[in-house]
Amino acid sequence: MTPQSGFMMLAPIIRERETELRQLLDSMNRGPGQVDPNNDLLPFGEFDALHFARFIILDDKTTEDVRVYGLTPRTYPLYLAFLGDVDGDANAFLGKLIKRAGKGLGRIFSCCHGFSSSSDLLAWMRQHDAPAIAAYVNWRGRTVRQIREEAALYEALENYIEKNASAFRGLPPRELHAKLQSFVDSEKSAGRLTLSRESPTPLGWQIRNLLHMIGLPLLVLIASPLLILAAPFYIIALRHLEKTDPEVCPTADQKHSEDLSRIEDHDVTNQFSAMGSLKPGLVRLLTTMFVLKTVNYGARHITRPGRLGRIRSIHFARWVFIAGRERMIFCSNYDGSVESYMDDFINKTGFGLNASFSNGIGYPRTNWLVLDGCIDERKYKEYLRRHTMPTQVWYKAYPGLTAVDLERNTRIRQGVERSSMTDDETRDWVALL
Amino acid sequence: MSQVDYADVQGLLRFGYGHMTSASYALVRVKSATAAKAWLRSAPVTTAVAQKPPPKTAMNIAFTAPGLEALGVTPSVIAAFSHEFRGGMAQQSRARQLGDIGHNAPSNWKWGRHKDEPHAVVMFFAEPEQFSSFVETAKGDIWSEAFEHDVTWLDTSNLDGDEPFGFADGISQPQIDWEQQLARPCTQLGYTNIVALGEFLLGYRNEYGKITDRPLLEPDAASAGLLDAEDTPAKKDLGRNGTYLVMRQLEQDVRGFWKFLYEQAVGNLTEAAKLGAKMVGRRLGGDPLVPIQAESIPGIDPNTVKQNQFTYEADPLGAGCPFGAHVRRTNPRNSDFPGRPFSALRKLVIMLGFGPKAFYDDLTSSVRFHRILRRGREYGSELLPEEAIEPPPPNESPRGLHFICLNANILRQFEFLQNAWIANTKFSGLTRESDPLLGNRAPISGCPATGNFTMPGKGTLPRRVSGLRQFVTVKGGAYFFLPSLRALRYFAETGTEARKSK
Repeated sequence: MTPQSGFMMLAPIIRERETELRQLLDSMNRGPGQVDPNNDLLPFGEFDALHFARFIILDDKTTEDVRVYGLTPRTYPLYLAFLGDVDGDANAFLGKLIKRAGKGLGRIFSCCHGFSSSSDLLAWMRQHDAPAIAAYVNWRGRTVRQIREEAALYEALENYIEKNASAFRGLPPRELHAKLQSFVDSEKSAGRLTLSRESPTPLGWQIRNLLHMIGLPLLVLIASPLLILAAPFYIIALRHLEKTDPEVCPTADQKHSEDLSRIEDHDVTNQFSAMGSLKPGLVRLLTTMFVLKTVNYGARHITRPGRLGRIRSIHFARWVFIAGRERMIFCSNYDGSVESYMDDFINKTGFGLNASFSNGIGYPRTNWLVLDGCIDERKYKEYLRRHTMPTQVWYKAYPGLTAVDLERNTRIRQGVERSSMTDDETRDWVALL
Repeated sequence: MSQVDYADVQGLLRFGYGHMTSASYALVRVKSATAAKAWLRSAPVTTAVAQKPPPKTAMNIAFTAPGLEALGVTPSVIAAFSHEFRGGMAQQSRARQLGDIGHNAPSNWKWGRHKDEPHAVVMFFAEPEQFSSFVETAKGDIWSEAFEHDVTWLDTSNLDGDEPFGFADGISQPQIDWEQQLARPCTQLGYTNIVALGEFLLGYRNEYGKITDRPLLEPDAASAGLLDAEDTPAKKDLGRNGTYLVMRQLEQDVRGFWKFLYEQAVGNLTEAAKLGAKMVGRRLGGDPLVPIQAESIPGIDPNTVKQNQFTYEADPLGAGCPFGAHVRRTNPRNSDFPGRPFSALRKLVIMLGFGPKAFYDDLTSSVRFHRILRRGREYGSELLPEEAIEPPPPNESPRGLHFICLNANILRQFEFLQNAWIANTKFSGLTRESDPLLGNRAPISGCPATGNFTMPGKGTLPRRVSGLRQFVTVKGGAYFFLPSLRALRYFAETGTEARKSK
């Protein structure tokens, strides 16, 4: 299995060059929200290990919100973030990226502080690495190559079935399965279809993964006497905060909302980037850390492939602290419109949403960390829309395919490669076609 | 919790005025705000108070955002209405989300184009013999002074409960919880047809147990006539007892539809009707494709049990009624959880993602947050299937539906339905197909056509029809606010106070 990994770099933009940077980034698009995958600056489409990537200027319009706590807003530098999700090791990918598109990347990063044409690009990028505190991968091990091969398989099967529809319709599932299997075999031997074998899982990754799997629960176990002692105080403190923390959920600015809409829904998948400040105080910081570490652990070791709780529409997601521990960004790639994304989240995973976002300033009031909050859906949606920032450049390696499409194609492929299935399994498999 | 004052609610919320078989909708633009307001003050607006015998005429009024502006409503008040209402249906990004591209694009519309929206819709209903005299009386002398003379009149026709393709329509409507008996919020384990009042009327609790945003005004002389906001009693609620009204002119290519079915059925009209029924999800007469269940469903009108007492619970693979069928897309009749988990533990297991794991399980959102109240009427003449497959006479007049729906949250109700369920080519695990009736068949990235329709079988290969044409074209549309009678008076008085005090 080839595990996926993410990269993200964060660099402060030289203010005088912000306009130039925006123009540069915009030159990579062929229309609002639609990147040209073969653009001169960074031809994303040439990298067959790259799932998603984006450039975003972290223009956080909500830094003033700390005033509700009597704090004076800080002036943060304006950051440029470049992030992506790849098959295999991220550093190896960045090496290849620099080799092919070093010049373009150099032009982009030259608009940031601390970069000069003589800088070693890879060293500079690693130096500006912004690691995720929590990350989600829809289907660990499924590579871009596999996705494309399985999409081609689906396409080939569809065409074959359409041509033989009348002959196939009455066939018992087992016979149909056998017929389609032999079709795929002949296509493979004719070189028209490829279904590559899984690569071996890197040993280093296996060890690290195992350590992580055992390590975190072990740490919690060791600390448990302390945690149990601290729990009542923590609960009292949290409940107090939940009752007193102010809500800041004004209606999102109409123009801001329209600017976001302009770059959305050009594909069946959309990007999402939301940023905000954390509520002040240690309790909120610890809660954030604990919740996100748990999310990360669950996403890595517990969730079923293709599902985050009941949600099946997220390809990749991550939570990242922005330069320190005061502000945070959440980035995801999800299927459908933003309204159905919110709907899914509120109605299916409201508890997780509350736990992970309620530590942000102004979030609708929660109770016991997981209750209420986003159930005040109108407030929640305005809150999130207000914290969402337009993404300047967004790339997806498989336009037109949703995570559910990918799951269907994988299931079809698995069925093709299985020599024996029960009657029920065969019937379910035929229903996928 | 206060009872609804029906005298403050426009009648369309409670009644479809079915016995008033003549109806026409006037799309007007304000010529003189003063005259328009004078007309509004005297306009015979029908309320939701039940009358015996039922009235023979009715009139209701709703305004677009530019319309409120034209009446002189303060910008800060307009800014407190929802984003969708203010932005309008024809905005480019919104049009893309709603599937209004290609032939459906607002630039091709007959009315409602961006920056050319109507200001208001005045809906007239009457029994046929009263209709024209009622319209004349209701308009009065001041109408021509109030509104531009080029009013767009959307006439309707009475097709005896069928829509133009020939299928019985309007069978399923949500039952509004007028008495606010339902405890909210709660988790719903089984499908129910009773929907919270706040989903259809602003100022009341919705399915989340919350009150949807709407303009709340400072108490002053102008707002004195409005009711207090239930959740913020210090403010006056301009939205209370009002709602949003969505209007779309949907032109139906009845001949194209039946010709396609007829070709697919190789010249057999009975088979064509069967295929049509699969696409609609109901037979011509309105019978559903899955059996009526013995167990009753809360909120199903006793008169429609034979056509409405069903869910798709026993049809998880769509072998009876395809997932993609129009009525299954637009009302999947599901609940908050798949498979009715009665224990808390089971619920938790599902919430954490360890519930049903088959491919098609749990792919559709819970319907109770996405219900709409339909109030549309057809236009054009009746055309039977056997006539539809014949060549058309020259200069045939168009047929279609003046779609109207009422909802308190356009984004979560109408727009979600239209975007995620109707236009979505990836609905419920399907691909390359949108709603078989309403879809625009436009290509999506990586897929040149989206004209499929899939009919799953019982353990056999699904039957797939491809090359569906666009049978319905959007010809116009707008978002309106259907105010309460108190809010209507507020609009009619707006600005006049200020003028007096000057």
